[in-house]
Amino acid sequence: MEVEPEGKNVMCLLTDPEGTPLGNSVYLPQNTGPQHLQQIVNQLLNNEDKLPYAFYISDQELLESLGKYSEKNKISVEKVLKIVYQPQAIFRIRPVHRCSATIAGHNEAVLSVAFSPDGRQLASGSGDTTVRLWDLGTQTPLYTCTGHKNWVLCIAWSPDGKHLVSGSKAGELQCWDPQTGKPSGNPLIGHKKWITGISWEPVHLNSPCRRFVSASKDGDARIWDVTLRKSVICLSGHTLAVTCVKWGGDGVIYTGSQDCTIKVWETTQGKLIRELKGHGHWVNSLALSTEYVLRTGAFDHTCKQYSSPEEMKKVALERYNKMKGNAPERLVSGSDDFTMFLWEPFVSKHPKTRMTGHQQLVNHVYFSPDGQWIASASFDRSVKLWNGTTGKFVAAFRGHVGPVYQISWSADSRLLLSGSKDSTLKVWDIRTRKLKQDLPGHADEVYAVDWSPDGEKVVSGGKDRVLKLWMG
Amino acid sequence: MPQGDYIELHRKRYGYRPDHFERKRKKEARLVHKRSETAQKALGIKGKMFAKKRYAEKALMKKTLAMHEESSTRRKVDDDVHEGAVPAYLLDRDNTTRAKILNNTIKQKRKEKAGKWEVPLPKVRPVAEDEMFKILRSGKRKTKQWKRMVTKATFVGPGFTRKPPKYERFIRPSGLRFTKAHVTHPELKCTFNLEIIGVKKNPNGQMYTSLGVLTKGTIIEVNVSELGLVTPAGKVVWGEFNLYVAFCYHALF
Repeated sequence: MEVEPEGKNVMCLLTDPEGTPLGNSVYLPQNTGPQHLQQIVNQLLNNEDKLPYAFYISDQELLESLGKYSEKNKISVEKVLKIVYQPQAIFRIRPVHRCSATIAGHNEAVLSVAFSPDGRQLASGSGDTTVRLWDLGTQTPLYTCTGHKNWVLCIAWSPDGKHLVSGSKAGELQCWDPQTGKPSGNPLIGHKKWITGISWEPVHLNSPCRRFVSASKDGDARIWDVTLRKSVICLSGHTLAVTCVKWGGDGVIYTGSQDCTIKVWETTQGKLIRELKGHGHWVNSLALSTEYVLRTGAFDHTCKQYSSPEEMKKVALERYNKMKGNAPERLVSGSDDFTMFLWEPFVSKHPKTRMTGHQQLVNHVYFSPDGQWIASASFDRSVKLWNGTTGKFVAAFRGHVGPVYQISWSADSRLLLSGSKDSTLKVWDIRTRKLKQDLPGHADEVYAVDWSPDGEKVVSGGKDRVLKLWMG
Repeated sequence: MPQGDYIELHRKRYGYRPDHFERKRKKEARLVHKRSETAQKALGIKGKMFAKKRYAEKALMKKTLAMHEESSTRRKVDDDVHEGAVPAYLLDRDNTTRAKILNNTIKQKRKEKAGKWEVPLPKVRPVAEDEMFKILRSGKRKTKQWKRMVTKATFVGPGFTRKPPKYERFIRPSGLRFTKAHVTHPELKCTFNLEIIGVKKNPNGQMYTSLGVLTKGTIIEVNVSELGLVTPAGKVVWGEFNLYVAFCYHALF
């Protein structure tokens, strides 16, 4: 790769996001732009089909040619310029910009909404004690699932899309069959107080999906089996309410609690493996770097259907490994003490980075589907973007005039959606770091948002009791 | 050398009497009977005092018993469905501030009712000029009477600078200048202390409006941005007229 140094060349070293260099440092002519770099990287990595890449120099995206960049930033030609390449999604999701349907049906505030992992079905849980399934084709109500005794606080689809579980304020969980809208069996009783979170076992560990974990206000997390219809293991140890639970891709469960700790459990016997301490107040939200791929399982943007569970498992494992690379799983936690911590629970029990900057509590954190970014929603009316590997602050998205409740990523990691108390949704562009689209329309606070995994639709629900579907 | 601890000393040396604990138990068992006897027999002030003490003891005992019982019995859980559902992440949060914030549903209701508002017009009475203004005499002999001082509260915008005295016909005393108003929302029954943006209309005349005089029935514009109102288009409402949104203006007048 050695080119004649003519004085117009820049010495560059291409590295991946973790910092491993790709080949030796090379002299590149000054007129090299991102497109040329893309070709070089594809060549060096021996990629069969050309993948798109984005290039970053000291956390700033390279948009013009190297010469212009070094001129602008006065970079010495003597030094080796470190260029980080980040693979981009090969598909692009169009931003949503119009409300395609406003579906009434719930008699009380909509508390949670979720697309199924394949993006073909939609469910919502509401304060009127029902779970409703919606027909995405005609944008009309499909089934009304009654059975809960109190507000339905959270719902979760199994990663294979065969089950839907909802948890209520009375503490019972109910499993539904999404095809018929009928409850499968009696409610699962065990929790003494309301359910705060549900997370399914990843499909690449166990297929078909059987187990899921639920977190409750009473301080316990319970692992349930849908086929046995009972609680298998009770994970008790937290002294206060468990606020968030995540089933990791390596077969461990993470729980965040109001007692300021995060606990890591193994799932065969329910033993406590690790305790992550550091927060000074309630832990509100957890996110895993692989969360999106765990949620969608074997399904990707191509809407492929799988016939057998084994095949699904294989594909899901493939996707998971590809997403994870050889780095350990990262965990980010957002707390009431206005900070976030980035952890690598398998490496150390100490946090990797402390992420400060929010001026109010952090309500929701979410890794981008490619694991490259972390987004955090806070009650200080801002959404902040952080580097997913280092935890460094990247940008703040301001524009909401009320606390931001929930965020959701588009599947290509290029867009971010946020729903707020100020009754609007906003779509943010990660590349330009600006507001892409303002989506007003709700008459009241927006409690729940979700971007469908196929990227076509966005759903939002809130206090005004309607469900809104947004499209590109 | 203390003289009174001979019993302890004896016990230390020879131990308790063999029947000590037996006697103690019997004595204690007998105690209630003894006390009841006293209670029945005591007369006069002593009886009253004893009864009062005994009553206090009994009441305390009953309370503790009830407390213990409560912890062991299973109370019926409050499991009826309440209105105003909130997501799990807001369940533990303090929602005292929420009542204060105008929610849009109420705003919606208000829109339906729009037009029905009775502005406090009946209360408005014309204010005579000599009540509103005080004549200031000027000149060396204090013969000139062209200067007026406003005797009512006024709103003066933040950008206002006084004119030179020669051209200043109306003086608005700084002590009577108001920048904030208490505005009551009739449906929320909440009062907010909001910044005044301007005086829209004083019923007494154009001149008073331009002077920013605040009298009964004056329509003022207040800054409602901190109430967090949002228009249907998603923009923050910044200023609204009290007549339009039917804020009743009641500050001090």
